[in-house]
Amino acid sequence: MSRARTLDVEVAEDRRSESMMINMGPQHPSTHGVLRLVLELDGEEVISCAPVIGYLHRAKEKVGETFSWHKFIPYTDRLDYLAPLSNNVAYALACEKLMAVDCPPRAQAIRVICHELSRISAHLLGLGAYAMDLGAMTIFLWTFREREQIYSLIERICGARFTTSYTRIGGVERDLPEDFWPKCQAFVNEFPGRVDEYEALLSRNKIWVKRTQGIGVITKEQALQFGLTGPNLRGSGIEYDVRKANPYLGYENYEFEVPIGTEGDCYDRYLCRLFEMRESAKILQQVIDTIPDGPILNRDGDEALKTVLPEKEKVLTNMEALIHQFMVGTESIHAPVGEVYFGCENPKGELGFYLRSKGGLEADRLRIRGPSFANLQILEELTPGHSIADIMALLGSIDFVMGECDR
Amino acid sequence: MAKVVDRRKLNFWEELYLPAIASGMKRTFAQMFKPAITLQYPEQRPEIFDDYRGAPGLVRDQDGREKCVSCQLCEYICPPRAIVIVPGEAPDQPDYDYSEIEKAPKEFYIDMLRCIYCGYCEEICPEQAIFMTDLYELNAGSRQELVHDKAKLYDVGGLRVDAIQKWKDKNASPGSEERKNVPPSGNPGDGAH
Ligand code: SF4
Ligand code: SF4
Repeated sequence: MSRARTLDVEVAEDRRSESMMINMGPQHPSTHGVLRLVLELDGEEVISCAPVIGYLHRAKEKVGETFSWHKFIPYTDRLDYLAPLSNNVAYALACEKLMAVDCPPRAQAIRVICHELSRISAHLLGLGAYAMDLGAMTIFLWTFREREQIYSLIERICGARFTTSYTRIGGVERDLPEDFWPKCQAFVNEFPGRVDEYEALLSRNKIWVKRTQGIGVITKEQALQFGLTGPNLRGSGIEYDVRKANPYLGYENYEFEVPIGTEGDCYDRYLCRLFEMRESAKILQQVIDTIPDGPILNRDGDEALKTVLPEKEKVLTNMEALIHQFMVGTESIHAPVGEVYFGCENPKGELGFYLRSKGGLEADRLRIRGPSFANLQILEELTPGHSIADIMALLGSIDFVMGECDR
Repeated sequence: MAKVVDRRKLNFWEELYLPAIASGMKRTFAQMFKPAITLQYPEQRPEIFDDYRGAPGLVRDQDGREKCVSCQLCEYICPPRAIVIVPGEAPDQPDYDYSEIEKAPKEFYIDMLRCIYCGYCEEICPEQAIFMTDLYELNAGSRQELVHDKAKLYDVGGLRVDAIQKWKDKNASPGSEERKNVPPSGNPGDGAH
């Protein structure tokens, strides 16, 4: 063997063991926002993956500590910006727990509508983007058709499509208009058919099945260790849904089922989301049928009086109410001393607010438990051994949103 | 009770994949015969409802009077601090109904680049002077242009006739007689319900 030839072999072997570092993101279309993954590759295979987060950090928690309780509500829109209404509800519920304010039944039912509409809308985007990353463009366009419908509904609820700022401590900002109901009913009627369509295109499609089944398997133990919540946890076969485990907003009165997966792979997480959307539509139907009449803001009792603005009519005609308006406007709410944690079942998982108050106008500490943040951690554990193309399936199936992860 | 999601193995037909292509094609082609759901913006416009939260604007009442009394509540409540008000004296009101109003804004700015369209200003205003309008397209050549000043804000807000006309109603209500030291001008019953 000539000398040159041995050298050749040496070089080739050397090359084979050399791994390559690749930056995926922060502007990669399939990282859904500004997530950066530092991938170490051996050919097509991922050896290690380090998620780099923080590109969307806006110091939300600190902002919450410098603002009065009410003023922070618009900022919660921008946590999980795919389900702003849901965030509003979660924050209002946490504040109400701290201040021991009740929410009237009608407002609760409206909040359930908010919750479920956001869940459907967030899952639709998650599904659409997931499918598009794996090459199924149609689903993405179709889910946007339904999302448009939902956004029109949300626009009727609160006057804005995206930046909802809808809840208030002790209720919601405005009542639903008359024309909301037929539109919502129409949506609920046709939505299951739409889900059938998605399912017909994906669930039994060989390419979809081959690209998601057995990929990114999260075991029960892993899911618990990493503190996963939402569909990602349920996909691994653990039955935990805050709405069932710790009912709020009267969820115990609605009939719905919680889906769980068996394998914990990308396919199971996809199936869980589909199932949840159908269940959400069922809950919506029940709310439409049973929503009680009544006030939408809690104005009873001394405590409650200090937390909500009086009715506009009274402000214009009544001196007391006008003074009250100025008091709430300038002094805002004096929360009692204490600390609370409240977790809500948001589309991505359990969104929790931890509020600590030393009394006074703003939170002493406001901590947000973003489900996406917890869900993302598992990427590092999950990716090694997968090929680079599977990363898309993994990211899509974990379905995170960076606004909430980085806060 | 939890429901285990259904994941059967692909059967022989599904393994072949060809039938899946056919059924997929059928569904996507069927879309072509359904009405389009897209809008040809800007020729076609979406329907905007009254309670839409577009750009905030100041309003005048049916007499063309500026309603804002520069109480500065909206400036205080605005979360991103988009509003800046310089309070001033109200001009002399020839109309008796408004003679008690002492203040009006000298300057009123809303920085539309800061505004997050939350609607808090409308909600808090005790005079119904500021409203979220249906204006949703804002564009300008410079950042300065998007700081709406008083004139622009009145432009955006326009005229608004409210069911409750605070000052007129107040003067028309019983018990207000003794407060009056001048005889009412015009017809005092105007604003009563
Ligand atoms: S717009 Fe309304 S809240 Fe703002 S200063 Fe004028 S009167 Fe006060
Ligand atoms: S809509 Fe909200 S952000 Fe905009 S000026 Fe009014 S209070 Fe400020």
